[in-house]
Amino acid sequence: MIKVEELHKSFDGNEVLNGLTLEVKKGEVIALIGGSGCGKSVLLKHVAGLMKPDRGCVIVDGKDLGTLRGRHLVQLRDRLGFLFQGGALFDSLTVFENVAFPLKEKTKLSDDLIRERVFRELERVSLSGSEHKYPSQISGGMVKRAALARALVMDPEIMLFDEPTTGLDPVIGNAILNLISECHERLSFTGVIVTHAIPNVFHIVDRVAMMNEGVIRSDGTPEELMSSSDPVVRAFVGNEGAA
Amino acid sequence: MTTSAKLACMSIVRKFGGIGLEYLYRIGVMGLFLVKAFFYVFIPPLKLIRIVRRIHFIGFQSMLVIFLTGCFTGMVLGFQGYNSLSKFGSEAFLGPMVGLSLVKELGPVFTALVVTGMAGSAMTAEIGIMRITEQIDALELMGLNPYRYLVVPNLLAIIISLPLLTAIFDVIGIFGGFLIGVKLLGVGTGTYFGEMASYMAMKDIVEGVYKSLSFGVIIVWVCCFKGYYTGVFTGFGAEGVSRATIQAVVLSFVLILVWDYFMTSLLF
Repeated sequence: MIKVEELHKSFDGNEVLNGLTLEVKKGEVIALIGGSGCGKSVLLKHVAGLMKPDRGCVIVDGKDLGTLRGRHLVQLRDRLGFLFQGGALFDSLTVFENVAFPLKEKTKLSDDLIRERVFRELERVSLSGSEHKYPSQISGGMVKRAALARALVMDPEIMLFDEPTTGLDPVIGNAILNLISECHERLSFTGVIVTHAIPNVFHIVDRVAMMNEGVIRSDGTPEELMSSSDPVVRAFVGNEGAA
Repeated sequence: MTTSAKLACMSIVRKFGGIGLEYLYRIGVMGLFLVKAFFYVFIPPLKLIRIVRRIHFIGFQSMLVIFLTGCFTGMVLGFQGYNSLSKFGSEAFLGPMVGLSLVKELGPVFTALVVTGMAGSAMTAEIGIMRITEQIDALELMGLNPYRYLVVPNLLAIIISLPLLTAIFDVIGIFGGFLIGVKLLGVGTGTYFGEMASYMAMKDIVEGVYKSLSFGVIIVWVCCFKGYYTGVFTGFGAEGVSRATIQAVVLSFVLILVWDYFMTSLLF
């Protein structure tokens, strides 16, 4: 479903992605881990088509993102959901309006149907009763849940999560991970989760890929990663797990 | 010239060349931004509710300041004009002097500067914050065109609002000049308005309208561009937004005055 081939990207001469290759099969959810600043979010933005690679390509469902323009790119993005690290909710709209926004703009559903779908989605993320609040009036965990509801309201086939638990306490962080797992069971999306929530995220993913120095250093099941003999992987997983 | 001196010269040329190329690149990006903004004006659907909201924001919310600046500008013109004209015994021409100054020059320029300070800076800050909090990325990922949501409504709203605000500024300014010239300094009401009607033509009013339309385009172009490219050309975070806002206001002011000169000297 998602194929990243020999991806290179540098900023001001600093090579962040250095020939990275990764494949995610349809319906699979993988966790992308690695040290801060190693380029995980940059990779995710390439997969979403928000950044253009210097070299290499990202192929989504057989289509090279770099060659897609105009409505072809829009058609692909219609199948994609993205949970931003900070939520990226529109701060001048209420929670309800935020979740309703893609439905109003991208579908011809009646107001009643939109209302029904938004309330259903908000109930799933336990935000019933907060629909009239603005993003600045709710907590960080609620912002993440509202953003998740907005990302999922269009039933995406591919979901990209950029650090969904960062900045949240462990209890709320786990609740968000469980929510992602529930949504995956319901929608069967293909997912990539960029996270530092080790080992909690291991319970909800099929595979874990670890990035280091611009490439995938390790790729396998959570069990394989935990029993890896690679000293870099062991050092990272040990440290993050302890944290 | 020794080899090391040649290398030093080459290094200086390379450095200045690099700076020149960077500025050319920015000008190119800015030009493309304007072309895209106009392109999406003609691609339906237009976001009518957003356009109305922007008209309210740019037009209605600037009215009080336009009233005040227009009135006091006219009053100052009344005083200064009377003092200057009375030296030649030409106080009767106070009306045309106030009217022509306002309609052809001060009205469009002052209104544009006020709107830049009020609405333009807010546009940059709003779009800049949307950029750094990834709200613009979110729009793109929903398959929605950010130009259509953020730039086109502002462009259409200012094209509608600015000439109207300028007209209000002109009328209030003429009234301010009337208060000083007629009520305070004793020029006759008939003289003030009669001479104004004799010396002012529709061409003068059209000149002002053209100017305010083009100033409106400059304001939206510069202010939206600076907000949209916050983080690319102006640094990240709150400081990036602050710098983008300052640059937007300063560049708009300069471009408005430079463009005003060229329009006045070349076109009219």
